[in-house]
Amino acid sequence: MEQENAYWQSNIRLILTCLVIWFVVSFGCGILFVEQLNEFRLGGYKLGFWFAQQGSIYTFVGLVFWYAVQMNKLDKKHNVEEE
Amino acid sequence: MTELKLYTYIAVFGSFAIYFAIAWLARAKTTSDFYAAGGGITPLQNGMAIGADWMSAASFLSMAGLIAFLGYGGSVFLMGWTGGFVLLATLLAPYMRKHGKFTVPEFIADRYDSKTARIVAIVCLIVASVTYIIGQMKGVGVAFSRFLEVDYDLGLGIGMIVVWVYAVLGGMKGITYTQIAQYCVLIFAYTIPAVFISLQLTGNPIPQLGLGSTLADGSGVYLLDKIDMVVTELGFKQYTTDNMGGTLNMFAYTMSLMIGTAGLPHVIMRFFTVPTVKDARASAGYALVFIALLYTVAPAVGAMARFNLMSTIEPSAGQQLEYEKRPQWFKDWEKTGLLKFEDKNGDGKINYVADPAKNEMVKVDRDIMVLANPAIANLPNWVIALVAAGGLAAALSTAAGLLLAISSAISHDLMKGIITPNMTEKSELKLSRIVMTIAVIVAGYLGLNPPGFAAGTVALAFGLAGSSLFPALMMGIFSKKINGRAAVAGMCSGLGITMMYVFQHKGIMFIPGTSFLGGMEENWFLGISPNAFGVVGAIVNFSVAFIVTKVTGDAPLHIQQLVDNLRFPRGAGAAADH
Repeated sequence: MEQENAYWQSNIRLILTCLVIWFVVSFGCGILFVEQLNEFRLGGYKLGFWFAQQGSIYTFVGLVFWYAVQMNKLDKKHNVEEE
Repeated sequence: MTELKLYTYIAVFGSFAIYFAIAWLARAKTTSDFYAAGGGITPLQNGMAIGADWMSAASFLSMAGLIAFLGYGGSVFLMGWTGGFVLLATLLAPYMRKHGKFTVPEFIADRYDSKTARIVAIVCLIVASVTYIIGQMKGVGVAFSRFLEVDYDLGLGIGMIVVWVYAVLGGMKGITYTQIAQYCVLIFAYTIPAVFISLQLTGNPIPQLGLGSTLADGSGVYLLDKIDMVVTELGFKQYTTDNMGGTLNMFAYTMSLMIGTAGLPHVIMRFFTVPTVKDARASAGYALVFIALLYTVAPAVGAMARFNLMSTIEPSAGQQLEYEKRPQWFKDWEKTGLLKFEDKNGDGKINYVADPAKNEMVKVDRDIMVLANPAIANLPNWVIALVAAGGLAAALSTAAGLLLAISSAISHDLMKGIITPNMTEKSELKLSRIVMTIAVIVAGYLGLNPPGFAAGTVALAFGLAGSSLFPALMMGIFSKKINGRAAVAGMCSGLGITMMYVFQHKGIMFIPGTSFLGGMEENWFLGISPNAFGVVGAIVNFSVAFIVTKVTGDAPLHIQQLVDNLRFPRGAGAAADH
């Protein structure tokens, strides 16, 4: 049981990390701080605009894969992976 | 027959032939085949199928058009409809796969140990899915009538027959393999014109980079800066900063679309088709890659369509196009009534400005942008034909997924789960096919006679799924304590308050004149538009469930053990019916 609690705690930490990044790139960079970021540029893109229409999506893709890989490692470490 | 029409017939009916062949090869023999494709789909295949299942006529036909006219404000759709997959991948999919049942209401029934909860979930699912499917049927009708110049009704009828054949025959198994083919068709149809247009305008073949590049006309001006300049000169809001209804509304809108995405049952169901929890996590990743391919191209399609439209009408500053010299695509769309010109000052020139008193482009329908785009950019006919097949693939694949969600809710959850539990597998399989047939007919009927609320339907589906199903599912996994009564109260209040808000601003069942608070922006709660209200409904749902649990006591021990069990991957078999 202790093993399983530790596994679940690590999973929750991992989810929170993912959700913080998820929030920062979309709601943070893409909406709340878009004006400040628009002062900077990425080629022809204003940076805030780029986050809202491109950058957040790339980050989401990376996040979902990263979560999957980390969870597979956690499964093994705590011996709860599928047979 | 014109060359364009011939190509279109080949593309459309060629793709239908492929779908039929696949459906025949992958027909369903058991209920497990029918509901969960026998649990034997690989994550890569599932990712592609989720992509087609998820990307509907709205993503394919409407989204780029919305972005073209909303500019930065259109970002809510881009972030909302992709960000939801992060929630789905981390908060729902792996655990629901571990639980190992066929449907979303079944999961809710088990977790909350309550038939009432199951019935409420069935109602939420059907309301959300039916509202969503009307939009798909309309998309099929429009694509047919525009490209093949057949009657809207006939086009819709052909679409109904096609989807009926492969969905009823193949169930989830047939639908999965057809959706994989449909994904390929739709992604090619979407990106090929975008590559051509990006190359024309910026010299860069990759649309995502082209959007951030300088124009190929040698001026050295960035495309986005040029668009900003052109639209502000004519009095429109600046393209890259026009925020739709303010920061709070953008925030709430994006969040509502995200939780709605995570709570849509026809998407969640697709995660039951893979053999393991590990595969469910990977499927979400692959799905998002395939979706992101279209979603990162869409802003380029939107911006470039706006640019091309503007520069056709006003080739250089202050020099307007003469109406008599308008291009062929302009005339074609005028015939449909979706594009309208009115020479207000009588000079024979097209004056397209923001000021409604002087603007002579009295109607520019947003939905035509993706369809008209290849013609505006003078692309070859086979590209235009491909777009027609792609639009149909997007609408049909989503319609099939929704039909399956609806029929499984009725045959598996309502009939087998509640009314006649002793039904054999064989009769359940037969029943689900009958129910699906009825669902196709109802969807077709609603597509032919769209009720008054058809316009707001897709947004409503997200609000409903996000405010009712998403919180119930998430609490079911992350809290051991929330009990059945709390879940029922939460779902009902979340759904109720969202519907009430939508109805009071858009009319009861969207009937004009019955909106008792008016659609006026000044009456919006904190300035949140009705489409963005799902997140408020979800917060109400969470709060109510929490309070009811505090009052009525924690869920019983055997439920707490069930929750423990679904948190750990070990012991997940294929989705099964017991």
